[in-house]
Amino acid sequence: MPEDYILATEGLSKSFGGFNAVTDVDLKVRRGAIHALIGPNGAGKTTCFNLLTKFLVPTAGRIQYNGRDITRVSSAGIAQFGLVRSFQISAVFPHLTVLENVRVALQRQRGFSFDFWRSEKVLRGYDARALELLDEVGLAGDADRNASELSYGRKRALELATTLALEPDMMLLDEPMAGMGHEDIDRISTLIRKAAAGRTVLMVEHNLSVVANLCDRITVLARGRILAEGDYATVSGDPRVIEAYIGAGHA
Amino acid sequence: MTMVQHISPAQLAKPTNPPRAGLPASLYGRLFIALTAVLLVAPLALYPMFLMTLLCFALFACAFNLLLGYGGLLSFGHAVYFGMAAYVTGHAAKVWGLGPELSVLLGALTGAGLGLAFGALAIRRQGIYFSMITLALAQMAFFFCLQATFTHGEDGIQAIPRGHLFGLIDLSDDRVLYYVVLAVFLAGLLGIFRIIHSPFGQVLKAIRENEPRAISLGYNAQRYKLAVFVLSSTIAGVAGGMKALVFQLATLTDVHWTMSGEVVLMTLVGGMGTVFGPIVGAAVIVTMQNYLAHLGAWVTVVQGAIFVACVLLFREGIVGVIARHLRWRL
Ligand SMILES: Nc1ncnc2c1ncn2[C@@H]1O[C@H](COP(=O)(O)OP(=O)(O)OP(=O)(O)O)[C@@H](O)[C@H]1O
Ligand SMILES: [Mg+2]
Repeated sequence: MPEDYILATEGLSKSFGGFNAVTDVDLKVRRGAIHALIGPNGAGKTTCFNLLTKFLVPTAGRIQYNGRDITRVSSAGIAQFGLVRSFQISAVFPHLTVLENVRVALQRQRGFSFDFWRSEKVLRGYDARALELLDEVGLAGDADRNASELSYGRKRALELATTLALEPDMMLLDEPMAGMGHEDIDRISTLIRKAAAGRTVLMVEHNLSVVANLCDRITVLARGRILAEGDYATVSGDPRVIEAYIGAGHA
Repeated sequence: MTMVQHISPAQLAKPTNPPRAGLPASLYGRLFIALTAVLLVAPLALYPMFLMTLLCFALFACAFNLLLGYGGLLSFGHAVYFGMAAYVTGHAAKVWGLGPELSVLLGALTGAGLGLAFGALAIRRQGIYFSMITLALAQMAFFFCLQATFTHGEDGIQAIPRGHLFGLIDLSDDRVLYYVVLAVFLAGLLGIFRIIHSPFGQVLKAIRENEPRAISLGYNAQRYKLAVFVLSSTIAGVAGGMKALVFQLATLTDVHWTMSGEVVLMTLVGGMGTVFGPIVGAAVIVTMQNYLAHLGAWVTVVQGAIFVACVLLFREGIVGVIARHLRWRL
């Protein structure tokens, strides 16, 4: 049976003026999987996300998504195809309310909203769905506050709710749980698992117990190259992976 | 950090104590009605000429604020849209003999066309580079005005006829023209308010707040920036056209970079990103210029001092400070 890959890269590479941040990466993500991308600091994980979503232009290589070559598609275009990313540094709209943050994503359903002559009251139709999404991440009580007033962990939760609002086919999550306490980690893990039903998730995560718990498949990146791939047991037992992590620890 | 971060001017002046989101919806309405009432009776106490100057610059500043406060884009060359519109309106009224409404409309279209052309070039860059391009393009336009014949060089277009509104109402009387200017000003203000509080405005604010995130949600940020640039330059064009009719004069001063600076000043003093801030800012600056005119060049020094004080003491501007204390979004 041929594998059904929703995302597949071929020879994906990026160099920053001579420095090869990502080299020759063939990443394949199965449809419906929760796939982890791990690796020591500076391995090139975020750079990969930037390449996949066109926030950086690859030096070489091709990206296939849903059977379509998206190597030359713009960032906004890629999002419109249903491949939506989050950011390592929390990315909310600080001076919009928590509700508005999610609503801006829901608003995509009505097209591009260039109608500057219409009242924003037309957006109230999305309030119920926005509150529902906020409730799922435990933020319903904060709906009317400015996003800037939220704690770090809650901002990440809001970001996730905003991403989910787009109902993406595939989500790229860059360290969605970094800087969170235990409770928040559990909540977000559960949420990602729930959200992953019917969609694909590719996530960067340093917390290996989260990865062990949540992810079906793991790709290890080191110095811009794929070092190992497989399920948690395979990867965690791989001497090269242990070496890479320890090596980085000493660096 | 892997993304190239840029600090937008809007971020520079983010209030430290952000206003509460839930705004009494009727508040804007009440303030607007109060403002209208005051302006309706204002000619009883103040010279119509002074009031009209104020309203033209207030509309100009509001247009500029739409771009800076809500689009997060700092244009250093906004005088071009104002001044070129003044020239075109003046030329249309004087040489082509068009009525005031058509003349101002042509002025607005001038603002729109120039905004489309210059905006499309400038939005390719971010932050300070964006501002530099707007300034460079504005300087080019200034030299064009200096050389072109229809602008009459140093003299400018003088004795522009105010004409009859819709061929009926004679605008040569200052008090009559005042109410026409007031109507246009209020319409412009309402229009801007609507733009800010529209579905488009929501996306615009999202882009201002976090452009990469807005893009990752599927919004093409460049198009929104261009759209708000054109909206802003169009309204600036209306203000410029009105100014040409009010003063019956269109000169190089209107397209000069100092005019671009003045509108920045008005907006920052009043409070950028607030609906009423630019009006207050324009009132402060125009009043100062009017009553301190005998100081000559010192007016500029006083203005500079106010600007410095403003930046040092209350970065949110006058209305921004009031809004913060009341915890409202104004
Ligand atoms: N825009 C850029 N210009 C130059 N070098 C860059 C740029 N972005 C990333 N790099 C470099 O590329 C390498 C990979 O960075 P990247 O952020 O992708 O690592 P990462 O795996 O996400 O690390 P972390 O776990 O710390 O987030 C690093 O050495 C980084 O310094
Ligand atoms: Mg990273």
